[in-house]
Amino acid sequence: MIHASRLTIAGSVLALALLAAGCGGGEKKSATTTTEAGGKGGTMTTVANAAPSGSPDPAINYTLQEWQFLIMTHDGLTAFKRVGGKGGTELVPDLAEAIPKPTDGGKTYTFTLRKNIKFADGTVVKPSDFTRTFERMFKLHGPTTGTFYNVLVGADACLKNAATCDLSQGVVADDSANTVTFHLTTGDPEWLFKLGLPFAFVLPKSTPDKEVNIPPAGTGPYKFAEYNPNKQIKLVRNTYFKEWSKDAQPEGNPDVILQKFGLSAEAETTQVQNGQADWTFDLPPADRLPEISEKYADQVHINPLTAIHYIAMNVRIPPFNNLKARQAVNYATDHNALVKIYGGPKLAQPTCQILPPNFPGYQPYCPYTKNPGSGKWTAPDMAKAQQLMTESGVKGQEVSVVTDTIEQDKSYGLYFVDLLNQLGFKAKLKALSPDLQYPYCQNSKNKVQFCWSTWYQDYPAASDFINVLLGCDSYNPNSNASPNIAEYCVKSTQDKIDQALQKGITDPTAANKQWAQIDKLLVDQAVWVPMFNPKLIDFVSTRVKGYQFSPQWYFLLDQASVEG
Amino acid sequence: MAEFAYEPEPDVALAPGERAEGIAGQSPWHIAARRLARNRVAVAGLVLFLLIVAVSFAAPLYADYVADTNPFASNLSGTTIVDGKRVEVIQSGGGKLGLGEVPIGPTWQRNFFVGADNQGRDVAARVLYGGRSSLLIGIGSALIACFLATIVGLIAGFYRGATDSILSRVMDLIWAFPVYLLAICLSTVLLTQGLKWGPIDIDPSSLWLPTLIIGVIYVPYVMRPIRGQVLSVREKEFVEAAIAQGSSNWRLIFSEVLPNVATAVIVLLPLMIATTILTEAALSYLSIGVQPPKASWGTIIQDGQSLLYTRPWVAVAPGIMIVLTVLSLNLLGDGVRDALDPRARIRLRK
Repeated sequence: MIHASRLTIAGSVLALALLAAGCGGGEKKSATTTTEAGGKGGTMTTVANAAPSGSPDPAINYTLQEWQFLIMTHDGLTAFKRVGGKGGTELVPDLAEAIPKPTDGGKTYTFTLRKNIKFADGTVVKPSDFTRTFERMFKLHGPTTGTFYNVLVGADACLKNAATCDLSQGVVADDSANTVTFHLTTGDPEWLFKLGLPFAFVLPKSTPDKEVNIPPAGTGPYKFAEYNPNKQIKLVRNTYFKEWSKDAQPEGNPDVILQKFGLSAEAETTQVQNGQADWTFDLPPADRLPEISEKYADQVHINPLTAIHYIAMNVRIPPFNNLKARQAVNYATDHNALVKIYGGPKLAQPTCQILPPNFPGYQPYCPYTKNPGSGKWTAPDMAKAQQLMTESGVKGQEVSVVTDTIEQDKSYGLYFVDLLNQLGFKAKLKALSPDLQYPYCQNSKNKVQFCWSTWYQDYPAASDFINVLLGCDSYNPNSNASPNIAEYCVKSTQDKIDQALQKGITDPTAANKQWAQIDKLLVDQAVWVPMFNPKLIDFVSTRVKGYQFSPQWYFLLDQASVEG
Repeated sequence: MAEFAYEPEPDVALAPGERAEGIAGQSPWHIAARRLARNRVAVAGLVLFLLIVAVSFAAPLYADYVADTNPFASNLSGTTIVDGKRVEVIQSGGGKLGLGEVPIGPTWQRNFFVGADNQGRDVAARVLYGGRSSLLIGIGSALIACFLATIVGLIAGFYRGATDSILSRVMDLIWAFPVYLLAICLSTVLLTQGLKWGPIDIDPSSLWLPTLIIGVIYVPYVMRPIRGQVLSVREKEFVEAAIAQGSSNWRLIFSEVLPNVATAVIVLLPLMIATTILTEAALSYLSIGVQPPKASWGTIIQDGQSLLYTRPWVAVAPGIMIVLTVLSLNLLGDGVRDALDPRARIRLRK
């Protein structure tokens, strides 16, 4: 999922869950504790160092930071239940009256729309709006058109010639019958999940076929009143909204939700402590964690995440087009050091592989450690790393390590610069603004060799990590929307991915075994340096009541209340 | 040889403690040196500055033989001995939830004298190494600024007319930009690809880049007083006499005018070094000066910004060094000005 540029930083972000009001005491709080909600009204003020990375267009933006707002302003045919805890991964009907069973061997889904749901501009949602939304997604070269939505009939032609994209056969709208029918080229066990992602949220017909600077009118309880990447995002109530499903799209509690930009992580943490802000998207710097742990424990929630921090190594350009060089870096990496930067072992767990623990397809595997065999990382093996470097013949080559400028992320970069220099490279750090770094790394014309990044699940499926991040269709040359930063595309691996996807339609258990083998293969190819699987700390102010953490959307901003 | 303009005239007072017969027959440079030597505050400034330079350039000795550390390598998993006990350099946080990792604080011992930064590196060693970068850039850029300004000022002031107009307008153009904004713009552009111009090829991580940028942006500030001095000296009788004798323009510039404006440059130099050191610290703090993992006082202050709450010494230590360096240079600069400024005329007490 989403590259949560802040969220990853967020590893440190101690989102202080405003537990104090509901739970009291200074006890350590469960990550999924839900406190009693307060009333409606007021302004929830959140802070972030910078605006969501990349374009704000719902068809393009692939960041958790933006998605946390889009789920409050827009809807799709399906939705992840808007509750905290395990229930948050359950799929429920949203704009559709019910979730249909697929027909035609899993290739056809027919939805009946709920009636009289309006966009924030007053127009009524019609089935034909969905056809337009999906065509627009392809015309804008959305980052997942080649991975999530390429199964639509007509998608292949759209991928080849986006300007003339015609999905009238793939997304059949019948405005008179009020139905939308999806025809897929092949069965897709994850199709219903994908319809619940912001890429598939319906947009009005008036939305132009070009990137917009502010998300257009949606159907949610809020609408975007302001989107200034240099100042703030502001959501206000959508006066045309009437709750049709508490599970899918409940009415929100605050009247206004703000996210202000421009402060450092230090200042953001201080603002939450002082009650000037209600939640910080970014992680507090690691040196503030002991203070928060001691004095503000009641406002802290720690939540496990199906996510990963990693370094993508570009397998197409020197020096990391050399397998031994990539493996050397993996052997040399001290994952404990990286965990320390993040905030310590209570907040992160070292990993050597793509899939996170407890995820479909996960089987522990770690060859890049001293005394491998247990599947767990224990210590770096610098001797082995140096041996591989000597064999690789790439010593002395220049490497640019790309991170963003947030203190913690830059620290990862400094660590790897030092590590690469120890291995014999000539490494230097290139730290970019957080809202530039992710698109910069994705675009192949920038020739990024070594990029820090993060990934958080879109939905609980192995393909969401492996196919989205390392599949051939996720490599879009010269595009800012190319999540396969490593630029890895090997036909034999892609064939295995495609087989696992097919298998998942009929036999998810067998498919997960295949995913485990693919995970192992990718680890052996050392396309990444997987760093660790983070936990999330939410640090909220004492004003916030009703904190809920959804495994899908994390802190449910509109379901909390603000006092005062 | 031209007569030095500082030759005391009968009605000019001597410096405090100076006797007319004591300086009779002495060269102006000797007189100035004696005056400077008698200025205890200026001498203290000079000694302090030289001490800072000495300890900064002794950084490798400190790192290798005293602190036993590599101040450029990440040391996140490292340990050290404090009061006989082995402790982690990056320590787990406490509190009810046991969250966070904090670098070791000042030990006031050989290792980690003022503590570690968030990469586990010895801050004291980095401050000394940072001093090398900051002083090299500060002194280098001040010398570049003074050298270029002297050339431009001499040509503009001597030739006057259209030449002066053109050169002065170019300087005005540079001066019109707020100096820090101009430095930021140039740094941001040049740091991505370096400077490649003809035979000149400077890597983005080279210290030459901030040195050149800072040197160039301060040329107008030094050029103006020098130009004024040249305009004044050009009208002196000894220059007219040299013209009458048939001296070429270049001979006039370098033999007659330059020696008489050199004092202005010498007075400006220590003050310019202080200014350029501050500018370098600002640029490095903004991540567009010295590039990591190289250290300078500005980069270390930036490293310490995220540790202000728990480990303030990481930012305070380089800050103190900057303050002491700038203070010493200002004291020295004032003393040099008092010793050399020919317009510091005092009535002779009779």
